[in-house]
Amino acid sequence: MRRFTWFNATSITLGFVFLYLPIILLVIYSFNDSRLVTVWGGFSGRWYGEALRNDAFLSAAWNTLQVALVTATVATVLGTLAAIVLVRGGRFLGRTLFGGMVYAPLVMPEVITGLSLLLLFVSLDVPRGLMTIMLAHITFAMCYASVVISARLVSFDRSLEEAALDLGCNQFSAFLRVTLPNILPSIIAAWLLSFTLSLDDLVIASFTSGPGATTLPMRIYSQVRLGVTPEINALSSMLVGLVTVGVIVASLISKRAETRRLAAERAAR
Amino acid sequence: MPEPPVILAKGTGAATAAGHAGTASGGPGGAKVFAPWNDPDAKPLVEFRSVTKLFGEVAAVDDLSLKIYPREFFALLGPSGCGKTTLMRMLAGFESPTHGEIWLDGKELTGTPPNRRPVNMMFQAYALFPHLSVADNIAFGLRRDGLPKGEVAERVEQMLALVQLHGLATRRPHQLSGGQRQRVALARSLAKRPKMLLLDEPLGALDKKLREQTQFELVSIQERLGTTFLIVTHDQDEAMTVADRIAVMDQGRLVQVAPPAQIYEYPTSRYVADFLGDVNLIEGRVAAMAAENARLTWCEGRPDFTCPANPDLKPGDTAWFGIRPEKVAIDKDMPPDRPGQNAVEGTVWDIGYVGNLSTYHVKLDDGQMVRAQVANRVHLARREISWEDRVWLSWGKDDGVLLAR
Ligand SMILES: Nc1ncnc2c1ncn2[C@@H]1O[C@H](COP(=O)(O)OP(=O)(O)O)[C@@H](O)[C@H]1O
Ligand SMILES: [Mg+2]
Repeated sequence: MRRFTWFNATSITLGFVFLYLPIILLVIYSFNDSRLVTVWGGFSGRWYGEALRNDAFLSAAWNTLQVALVTATVATVLGTLAAIVLVRGGRFLGRTLFGGMVYAPLVMPEVITGLSLLLLFVSLDVPRGLMTIMLAHITFAMCYASVVISARLVSFDRSLEEAALDLGCNQFSAFLRVTLPNILPSIIAAWLLSFTLSLDDLVIASFTSGPGATTLPMRIYSQVRLGVTPEINALSSMLVGLVTVGVIVASLISKRAETRRLAAERAAR
Repeated sequence: MPEPPVILAKGTGAATAAGHAGTASGGPGGAKVFAPWNDPDAKPLVEFRSVTKLFGEVAAVDDLSLKIYPREFFALLGPSGCGKTTLMRMLAGFESPTHGEIWLDGKELTGTPPNRRPVNMMFQAYALFPHLSVADNIAFGLRRDGLPKGEVAERVEQMLALVQLHGLATRRPHQLSGGQRQRVALARSLAKRPKMLLLDEPLGALDKKLREQTQFELVSIQERLGTTFLIVTHDQDEAMTVADRIAVMDQGRLVQVAPPAQIYEYPTSRYVADFLGDVNLIEGRVAAMAAENARLTWCEGRPDFTCPANPDLKPGDTAWFGIRPEKVAIDKDMPPDRPGQNAVEGTVWDIGYVGNLSTYHVKLDDGQMVRAQVANRVHLARREISWEDRVWLSWGKDDGVLLAR
């Protein structure tokens, strides 16, 4: 498994180049002093300054942040509830259907999700804006959140909850005092995942947004159609940085919790 | 004959396991023996009334009735899957009976959730809360009851002392050994001073030495606190060591409920005889049945066995004679013919040696195997019986039991 071979080295290099070369180029060019995107004019951080002074960008970023925060929080709460019902609810009428419906948006093409939500909002005459983007993001982020959380719940020892009941908790306080602290890492991971998903969504946001509710990915996309500017590069690099940090923190948290849990379980034998 | 374990002195100092006659009083020195089950006026703490629990089509517990008395240490013994855990979980409130009623302390329990029942449970895998320290684990139930801070701390101290875990209060469960975790679980389940403690195979995860030591500790803790204990186990030695009474279960039913000595000496079925300890079973036909003794024809052309009577049997019935290997004497010479003495001849087929004991597997002339167990009082080299020797097996007329099923 761990042996070094030229074949392994080559394939992993090619794979990573394929995945990350474009992003690396983007980040490198964001430090380009020249106004021409394809000509290197020396190192400079000035486009970052420009980007941060651009009001259109700033308001789009603020919109995105609002949407992502609300989405992550609401989706995590709903995802947790869905996970509990699916994992702990036992057999109830429509369980399979409910499970399928919770996970369906994972495989649904975004265009379809976006389009159908747009139709819904139009037919219900809901004024489109940040609110509708949030609703749309919550629907799909919730699925991811519930996948992450139910994976943890499945392996959570049921007898801990029974012990809590036995010692005087009711169902709700047993969940609050025993289950929740033990699945917290997966809930945090779900929150960060939902946050990142909402942050970089373009398709669904484009379908469901209204006038004045432009998110950062939408702003970038519309700018690029007029030509790539170094400013966009800088902005995108910042976005990449933010998403990267989010993903890394999420995976570190769940990994650390997992190692700790395994250690505890090994000790428990 | 092995003395029944006499460790249950129930605060009287009269160390007498209730004998087979089950006298409710009159132990040595006139001290009262603890045997409320023989007292028709005694009020049970727990009563199962025709309780059935179905999982789909399968009856995990099948029309079971049982009374458990205050201060009793009661053991449920049976093979894996016979319904022990299910019975206990119904008492704790995690399962509800399909039919029947469970009464606790004069109240019917149906509909009472687990957190409102004055029983606590020690779980099979301990179920300690991994995110809480030892002290917080023990305090968990007390805090749910809203006990004042000072009292909680005091009670936690007491519990730590009871299970000898001073100095470990701030540890997390994963920093403890298996034996220590077992103690924390015990302390946590006793902290609320339940009327009854349920223990589901509490010592199953410990190694043999630690398990034996812990059994005695459990008994001593139970005596000090006076709490009623219901322990589930599939280990007969454990049940014999700790319990005042043992209920042997088979496929959701109780087969026999009696004190350890009685259940060992006077099993009422082959199942119980075989489940607790080692037994020789010889099939035969009842030749005569009197008030005291019966005669069993076990092999044509051989003298009948004289054995204790069994009122369930009449002459002509098929019956089984059961005798423990340690009650069978083995000799090279024919024993003197005393009235009521049973003797059969056979050939030594195998000798099982376990240090303190030797078990002789003797093949009778009709092909049946009978085992005789002897304490090795002389050195192995000087043992006079060897493989292939012709030997005589003998026992008194009251040393075995006659079983109808
Ligand atoms: N929740 C359950 N669902 C279905 N069957 C169960 C459940 N719990 C126990 N059983 C069945 O009931 C029977 C008794 O189980 P249990 O009480 O755990 O036995 P024991 O503790 O004596 O090993 C077994 O056949 C088991 O498979
Ligand atoms: Mg069990």
